[in-house]
Amino acid sequence: MSERAIELEVLRYNPETDSAPRFQRYAIACPEEWVVLDALNHVKESVDPTLSYRWSCHMAVCGSCGMMINGEPKLACKAFLRDYDGVIRVEPLAHFPVERDLVTVIDDFMAKLARVRPYLMPKDAKAIEAGEYRQTPAELARFKRYSMCINCMLCYAACPEYALIPKYIGPAAIALAHRWNQDSRDGGREARQAEIAATEGAWECSFVGACSEVCPEHVDPAGAIQQVKIRSTVDWYTRHLMPWLKK
Amino acid sequence: MAEKVNHKPYARAVTSEWIFRHPRYVRYMVREFSCLFIGGWTLLMVWGLKQLAAGPDAWAAFLELLRSPASIVFHVLALAFAAYHSVTWFNLTPKALPLQRGEAFVPDAAIAGAHFGVWAALSLAMLYLAGAF
Repeated sequence: MSERAIELEVLRYNPETDSAPRFQRYAIACPEEWVVLDALNHVKESVDPTLSYRWSCHMAVCGSCGMMINGEPKLACKAFLRDYDGVIRVEPLAHFPVERDLVTVIDDFMAKLARVRPYLMPKDAKAIEAGEYRQTPAELARFKRYSMCINCMLCYAACPEYALIPKYIGPAAIALAHRWNQDSRDGGREARQAEIAATEGAWECSFVGACSEVCPEHVDPAGAIQQVKIRSTVDWYTRHLMPWLKK
Repeated sequence: MAEKVNHKPYARAVTSEWIFRHPRYVRYMVREFSCLFIGGWTLLMVWGLKQLAAGPDAWAAFLELLRSPASIVFHVLALAFAAYHSVTWFNLTPKALPLQRGEAFVPDAAIAGAHFGVWAALSLAMLYLAGAF
């Protein structure tokens, strides 16, 4: 098995002793097939046990190990070391406060996610005994790609609008709201509109499109946001020009 | 008993550096800046209409101004930016207007292609009305 020598430049921040973050370098040898997360695990186990970062599944499913790798939001478990030359710079996800080292404070995203009610609000609620809500493959296809979101927040780290306007509800939250709005079983669009059709919702987006480019699950939040804008525009015209169409 | 945790999150400053973090942000900013040229050209056309209304001398002076080197440079730039905006924008249309047929979606190229087709047809119609051929 071939090995390669790599150098990681990791952002370190200890809230108990540091007034500002600093970079620390680790030179290690590692197998060709390692990802950045493997290298961090190796550093933590054998070089510096004080290094803090989040991870869980190591297979791009849990969405915990999002970080900036050479300035680009990536899942550390999906970023192969062989794809990088020279010193690899590893920083916590951009646009989120740093809790410690590579660990960020994600409260803002969690609160925004809850605001869009990302769960089924049945159109026709029925008792459990009445059986499941059935759906055709075509109805599933309408929202499937938006349901692939793993809440990794790479899209927030890629979005300059979120960096400049922290009130912006952001790509993943809007994509997940759209996922439920597109669901044939759901009747909660009206309730979600208050959050996603507002200025701080879809209209804050100027279609940079970075969210969709960095999404590890190909969710396409940028597409979801533009579709929310179109539906909100149709809503507005219906309400003002054809009020009789509204119930 | 739980140990007291010292929360002191560090907020890293947001600077304009993000524009150069990845080429996609530069491409985006170029698209945003295209509005200056397109807006400028629109104002020039409004001013041209005013000159047309003011009489033949004012109109001739306006046409003379359009032939100046500065005006030609501006028009070449405005055309380049307008084309860049249109092309990048039409390429994004499949994201905003996905068309589902059964379980599959119409290919992105077909949706963007339809926009390019209509763009070409309208441009040709304009040139025809302007007497270009």
